[in-house]
Amino acid sequence: MPLTDALRDDILASVPSLRAFAISLSGNSDRADDLVQETLLRALANIDSFQPGSNLPAWLFTILRNLFRSDYRKRRREVEDAEGNYAKTLKAQPTQGAHLEFEEFRTALDKLPQDQREALILVGASGFSYEDAASICGCAVGTIKSRVNRARSKLAALLYVDGAEDFGPDETVRAVIGGNG
Amino acid sequence: MKDVKSQASKSAAPGHKGGLNAEIQSRIGHQLRAMYDDIVRQGVPDRFAELIRKLDVPQNTSGDQTNNNDGRD
Repeated sequence: MPLTDALRDDILASVPSLRAFAISLSGNSDRADDLVQETLLRALANIDSFQPGSNLPAWLFTILRNLFRSDYRKRRREVEDAEGNYAKTLKAQPTQGAHLEFEEFRTALDKLPQDQREALILVGASGFSYEDAASICGCAVGTIKSRVNRARSKLAALLYVDGAEDFGPDETVRAVIGGNG
Repeated sequence: MKDVKSQASKSAAPGHKGGLNAEIQSRIGHQLRAMYDDIVRQGVPDRFAELIRKLDVPQNTSGDQTNNNDGRD
């Protein structure tokens, strides 16, 4: 469809969540804003392929996600100061304790495999349905569900158990006890 | 399957898969949204507002004389 004023307003209204998605994915606010800019340029250049009445945020998130994936492949070998950069994007400086907890969360999120991280953010933070998230990531709904579940388990292990290896001995004990019952 | 696991873990490691797990999951969800919403609340940086405003396409204006206004540089 042509770029109407209403459509332009809708695109603009999606920018805050596009940035949140980009920063959550990349952990780097400068790179995230470049991603958002590139996404907007692509979207506007391809606006004719947008179906009126379809889900505009999902369309924009798909563009950003695909750009990030190709960008990520190019840059994965670079060492980044993700945490330092991310802290700069915060407007209100959190209290010391909250800040520490936040850094821990950010670090744990960055440790997730790419597939799991994007699924978790789309469903758990952006508020997309499993169906929309599946269409954004180009995979089956069941795949998204299992990625989100694995992401949650892994975050729980990273944040609330001292190292995932703690589960190791427990599994053994559990198997032994389970065998009795 | 989940029930069997949580029953087994109750005897071996209390809380690993039961109520504590639900509490942890809700906490993770809260942290994730807090991080995300913090960025959403920053709104639209000027550079993006300007970018979208500048990319005004001719079809958008009523009338056919738009190319009089704009050079092709």
